[in-house]
Amino acid sequence: MKDLYVNRRIIVAALIIIPAVILLARLFQIQVVETSYRISAENNVLRYVTQYPARGLIYDRNRKLLVFNQPAYDLMVIPGQVSKIDTGEFCKSLNITREYFRERMKAAASYSKRVPSIFMKQISSEIYAGFQEKLFMFPGFYVQTRTLRKYSKPIAAHVLGYVSEVDENVIKNNPYYKPGDYIGKTGIEEAYEAELRGKKGVKIFLVDVYGRVKGSYEEGRLDTAAVQGKDIVCTIDSDLQEYAETLMKNKSGSIVAIEPATGEILTLVSSPTYDPSLLVGRVRSENFAKLQADTTMPIFNRAIMASYPPGSTFKTVNGLIALQEKVISPSTIFGCNPGYLFVGCHIHESPLDLVGAIKNSCNAYFCQVFRRILENPAYKSVSDAYEQWRNYLLQFGIGRSLGSDLVNEKSGILPTVSFYDSRYGKGRWKALTVISLAIGQGEIGVSPLQMANMTAAIANRGFYYSPHIVRAIGDSMNVTRGLTEKHTIEIDTSNFEWIIKGMEEAVNGGTGATARIAAIDGITVCGKTGTAQNPHGKDHSIFIAFAPKEKPQIAIAVYVENAGFGATYAAPVARLLIEKYLKGTITNKSLEDYILNLNLMNGWREE
Amino acid sequence: MERRVNIWRAVDKITIVIFLLLVILGWLNIYAAVYNEEHTKIFDFSQRYGKQMVWIITTLIFAVALLYIDNRFYFFFAYIIYGFFILLLFAVLIFGKEVYSTRAWFEIGPVSIQPSEFAKAGTALAIARYLNSKGQELTRLSVLLPATGIILLPALLIAMQPDMGTTVVYLSFFIVLFREGLSPYVFVTGILMIVLFFFTLLFNQLYVVSGLIAAGFLLSFTVARSFKTVLKGMFIFLLVGGIIYSVNHFLLKSLNINVILILSLIFSGIAFLWHIYRYKAKGVLIIYLFVLGSVLYVNIVDYLYNNALRPHQKERIEILLRIKSDPRGSGYNINQSVISIGSGGFLGKGFLRGTQTKFRFVPAQSTDFIFCTVGEEWGFVGATVVIGLYVLLLLRLLFLAERQRSAFSRIFGYGVISVLLIHFFVNIGMATGILPVIGIPLPFFSYGGSSLWGFTLLLFIFLRLDVARHEYLI
Repeated sequence: MKDLYVNRRIIVAALIIIPAVILLARLFQIQVVETSYRISAENNVLRYVTQYPARGLIYDRNRKLLVFNQPAYDLMVIPGQVSKIDTGEFCKSLNITREYFRERMKAAASYSKRVPSIFMKQISSEIYAGFQEKLFMFPGFYVQTRTLRKYSKPIAAHVLGYVSEVDENVIKNNPYYKPGDYIGKTGIEEAYEAELRGKKGVKIFLVDVYGRVKGSYEEGRLDTAAVQGKDIVCTIDSDLQEYAETLMKNKSGSIVAIEPATGEILTLVSSPTYDPSLLVGRVRSENFAKLQADTTMPIFNRAIMASYPPGSTFKTVNGLIALQEKVISPSTIFGCNPGYLFVGCHIHESPLDLVGAIKNSCNAYFCQVFRRILENPAYKSVSDAYEQWRNYLLQFGIGRSLGSDLVNEKSGILPTVSFYDSRYGKGRWKALTVISLAIGQGEIGVSPLQMANMTAAIANRGFYYSPHIVRAIGDSMNVTRGLTEKHTIEIDTSNFEWIIKGMEEAVNGGTGATARIAAIDGITVCGKTGTAQNPHGKDHSIFIAFAPKEKPQIAIAVYVENAGFGATYAAPVARLLIEKYLKGTITNKSLEDYILNLNLMNGWREE
Repeated sequence: MERRVNIWRAVDKITIVIFLLLVILGWLNIYAAVYNEEHTKIFDFSQRYGKQMVWIITTLIFAVALLYIDNRFYFFFAYIIYGFFILLLFAVLIFGKEVYSTRAWFEIGPVSIQPSEFAKAGTALAIARYLNSKGQELTRLSVLLPATGIILLPALLIAMQPDMGTTVVYLSFFIVLFREGLSPYVFVTGILMIVLFFFTLLFNQLYVVSGLIAAGFLLSFTVARSFKTVLKGMFIFLLVGGIIYSVNHFLLKSLNINVILILSLIFSGIAFLWHIYRYKAKGVLIIYLFVLGSVLYVNIVDYLYNNALRPHQKERIEILLRIKSDPRGSGYNINQSVISIGSGGFLGKGFLRGTQTKFRFVPAQSTDFIFCTVGEEWGFVGATVVIGLYVLLLLRLLFLAERQRSAFSRIFGYGVISVLLIHFFVNIGMATGILPVIGIPLPFFSYGGSSLWGFTLLLFIFLRLDVARHEYLI
């Protein structure tokens, strides 16, 4: 076959030669013409000193500063450049022993003789001031300025997270990090690490054979400046957070409060908690080990990782599903004598309609309701009806991760049909088999965050925004990562009004109302108590609430572990927080004192 | 009639000598890059030079094995080999090990294998086989599209890993298509689009647009019959631009300078049309359309990049392309790399006497940035020798490709040339700071078994085909 394009070989040859000529020209330029890259004396070397950016600051929703930086000084060493130093003088000025010196030098040399390692971390500014003057006597050593976290108040440890040194795994998988670098762990520090950390720069110094800095290389033209991390405005109201943590002192449990209209988390408490400044600087590892060993688990973030049965608060959702599936109407009446089959109840007026049943928290009523949901003739089988019920719960954010920007958020427990099929056999379980789900007991686990979110969805009458912890990053006021996504629940708004009426009655109603302790003058609080059976000890006290009834500004879920009835402990805590948030002051001082002085931690220790 | 040839007599020795030289020089530089006082033994397998020695020895055995395979095997199994590598590229997306958030590697016991390095040979074989059967009819869309598909399928799979560097390498196969008859307009447009894409992301859009317009006028001088034509065009452009600028400055106050430039370009073009028509200035028209198209393309890329992508996707691309520039406009890695090469001077600091590369400040110093060691320790002289070796190798391969009787062998040869050429140019280009950092290895030089084996596969299949150059395939 004739080769039509044989002449194009010339062009390909040109494509080989032209790039080569370009490369040679460039090499000639940087290697021969430009002297700036060349280092005059044979033995002179360049020292690259990393410029660490200051980490971004964290503000609360009202722009109050929560987290900022303080300077710290790391003493660096390049073992290969250390020669003839007065060890005695050196150790004296740093206040260290000769053994420590030898040990550190050995460790540094075994890492590398040419690359700097940290000789001593975070020298105090007093020692640094004195040492700096003598630095010229110690070739091979130099000081690297870093920043450490500082907190304006000892609150919100679980929200903020902490900063620690990177481990080897991170270094291996991310080229940005070098040994000794810091990285955010848990909370905002981890979730927004990329934004907070900024970007490292480098300063290049010309250093002679004795390790003496002879000046900036090429007048700093080749240096790169560090870029400061971006500031973050979080959604936390620090006053409310502080108050909530004070109320939860000596109690174990969790509080999550959400602004229903936006999904912004106003307060997130996991108690017992810890002072975030414990995990800063040289004391970090020691304190971390202590906190980890503590049996009350202060490091465990209950608000997003614990999974509790929702108890009677679950009646609200079951009522909503039943209304939407049209298996009951608001006027449907069931009796209670007291209790239903093997599920007990307390003494209250009977029979009740839906609003009354929520107000009185009648177990019998909701067992009937749940039976009707699962035995709904509109579905082929109990399994199908269960699947539909489960689908509604998923819409409420129960049994799945809410996709918030909190790291380690757990999805809780919500059994699938196949779970029950494998436990009881396919088609061999009925509504009565799983009847405890009617009152939020049994194989169901919900985190306090999911509970607060569910409450926000009720307050909004059928939708919620993914709960999130960060409002704005840097200069922009936009929340990133699509966290403001709106989730709509397939339940009619009108159905919500009946449940909300029941929750209003539970707090503000007359005889039989279960949560009257949560009533506040001038604010219509809607709430529902709950008591979750706890196989390990006393019941957990639960309360969910939102207020005001119209245009709700706060939705809250409170868990007090091993405390007893929901009305006794969780409801007053929620009440105080709602009043604090909406009014700014507390009217019922005796209730406040009662909660503040309450110590429920003894039961914990006994276990 | 089949002719029995003595492989060792017929194989091209010049290519083999250059190949061996490159491999040996590469190993010496890896040794120098990793070298420190504690480890000096050549066969220290905890060190990269020790491992590379193993790779070199195995690759030589592999190369010999390739020469002993019948040349017709490569022809008849071209599509099957291609298909096999495509399957591997699919598999690596699912089963691959994630390193630096890229899924490009299979981990099998102690070794990691990168299928994208081997798939280059498969792709070159498939193109050769396909174009061999179609004759030189790349001007026809029905031939061009499948050929493009053969190239883009692996490129796309690799882009999903994502490994932008190797993806770019696959685009070099368009050089093969060009040699076999691809329209030069398509070829130049393609190259221009890739170059402009990087320029747009790297530089201020305004500079790119101004540069394009300036380049357009300069080019016009070379094709226009009289200087006056171009000067007239410039005058019209400046006049129209001035009017639009004043209108905006005094009345609209809403257009940015970039929009003004585009509008000026369009309106002055319309005003200039009569002139082009009257003097039949076809060359000027083509240049004008090229400039206009490029300017619009730059703006579309910029718009899509800034608006269609989410911030984290943008950041990801910027990190992958490593083009995120800092406030002073110079990337950290590039700086270190250029300093170390520049510090070598004319004669270099001598073997094992480099100071910059040993500080571990040059990233990937034994893989993607191995050329830094060459530049620092052997200076301009050494760098010239290395570049000279590559040019020699490429030109020799060009000569070999052109002496083939079978189109299949020739086309495959051009595939080898294209891949080696782009690796050579892009790798040294990024080390010397004239190209963006897209991490691809220097052929036969960089540390790494997969890349060494991949290049050996390409080169020795071609040498085997060359041994049988007197035979016609089908």
